[in-house]
Amino acid sequence: MGPLDFSVVANALPFLLNGLLFSLELTVIGFAGGLVLGTGLALIRHLEVPIAAPIASVYITLMRSIPLIMVLFWFFFLMPLILMWATGASRPVPIGPVWTAFITFTLFEAAYYAEIIRAGLKAIPKGQYEACKALAMSSAKTYRLVILPQVLRTVSPILLTQTIILFQDTSLVYVLSLTDLLGAASKIAQRDARLVEMYLTVAIVYMLICSLASQMVTMLRKRYAIPSRA
Amino acid sequence: MSLVLFEQVQEGDELYLDWLLSGLGWTFTLAITGWCIAFAIGILVGSARTSPHRGIAVAARLYVEVFRNIPVIVQMFLWYFVLPEVLPANLGDAYKKMPLPWASFVPALAALSLYTAARVAEQVRAGIEALPQGQCAAAQALGMSELKMYRLVLLPQALRIITPTLTSEMMGIFKNTSVALTIGLLELTAQARKINEFTFQTFQAFGAATVVYLLLALVVYALMHWLEAHYRTPGLEPSRAPRAKAVGAKQGV
Repeated sequence: MGPLDFSVVANALPFLLNGLLFSLELTVIGFAGGLVLGTGLALIRHLEVPIAAPIASVYITLMRSIPLIMVLFWFFFLMPLILMWATGASRPVPIGPVWTAFITFTLFEAAYYAEIIRAGLKAIPKGQYEACKALAMSSAKTYRLVILPQVLRTVSPILLTQTIILFQDTSLVYVLSLTDLLGAASKIAQRDARLVEMYLTVAIVYMLICSLASQMVTMLRKRYAIPSRA
Repeated sequence: MSLVLFEQVQEGDELYLDWLLSGLGWTFTLAITGWCIAFAIGILVGSARTSPHRGIAVAARLYVEVFRNIPVIVQMFLWYFVLPEVLPANLGDAYKKMPLPWASFVPALAALSLYTAARVAEQVRAGIEALPQGQCAAAQALGMSELKMYRLVLLPQALRIITPTLTSEMMGIFKNTSVALTIGLLELTAQARKINEFTFQTFQAFGAATVVYLLLALVVYALMHWLEAHYRTPGLEPSRAPRAKAVGAKQGV
């Protein structure tokens, strides 16, 4: 192997940054979508809604037991068939790898967030519900104004840590040949035969971002902990 | 609809089921060997994180930061593509020329076990830090060496505390084996994809593999649950059930 030449990285910088942007986009969508859906799933299980609760429970267990790559394949190959069936089209309706990624990450993360939020719901003292009842709050108001704000605050460090893992997991869209940070790097690496420089750079970028993010989570946890329960 | 798994493959006299089973074999081998290495390194690094010697603690922290914060797939690429290039030429060539499953298996094993080790190390550290200060003080008062204190006092208790979180780490390594398909290992997910490509029976191919992953998760859960019960220290566990029972017995209920 010749000497290391990192100018290849500098030359490809705009392409790599675009890739990184896609990784971040995927993380944000997965986080937002997953949080909304996950909160819904957690509430369904927590409130023991008939019929829906066991379905939510099966969904969460299933998603948490199979690898993300497998879920990506499921949606990549099956969504077109499901859409064909749903829309009555005569042939499979392809949704493309980008949509596959967005849908998969939202649905996959929802299962993980749901379990975190459910654990938070369990930890809320009974007195909070009783106090709401005494104030004649409706059930919806109880959850929206009293329970969920506390839950999200207590579990936010765990949610954010899970989101760092989500960011790392976005690199798996490599199997759909998408151009995220890793995808961009591997395309350049193959074109210029500069695998060592590209993959080392990518590794360092991921490490810096994730290290920094987890330091920030630690700081936030110390700063925003609910004092009485710190 | 016939079951495609029990059909013969297009060229050869195997069944598609044999492909799936071979994939399961590699997934299982990779996960179990990876776990053994990760567990050993995780205990060492996790203990080192709590060491009073600054140098050791900092080195362990550095290990965790590096190996936990780089995605598994990138680590696999480092072991698979980058390592042979930065090794001395003859070693790198030998590394690249390993017979086929091993040329993928060895880098995958290295990446998975070191990544999981970093995660295990953080659990071990948390377990040790959760122990009362008195445990450490008592060990020192008895004149135990540091090594003995960790081996005989701190680790046996810490590992018992963290068994539930280790369960999810172990499930994690089984799921992460699927990343090895990106460097050419024909494990379970790769075999499912291959069956899909050959037969177009998407639902059956991925459905079968999904069921196998579910079963693996179930086996891991059962195993860890058994370990937890087997190694429980009577009277020390925080669970309320047995104590309530004992109180009931005393009162003659």
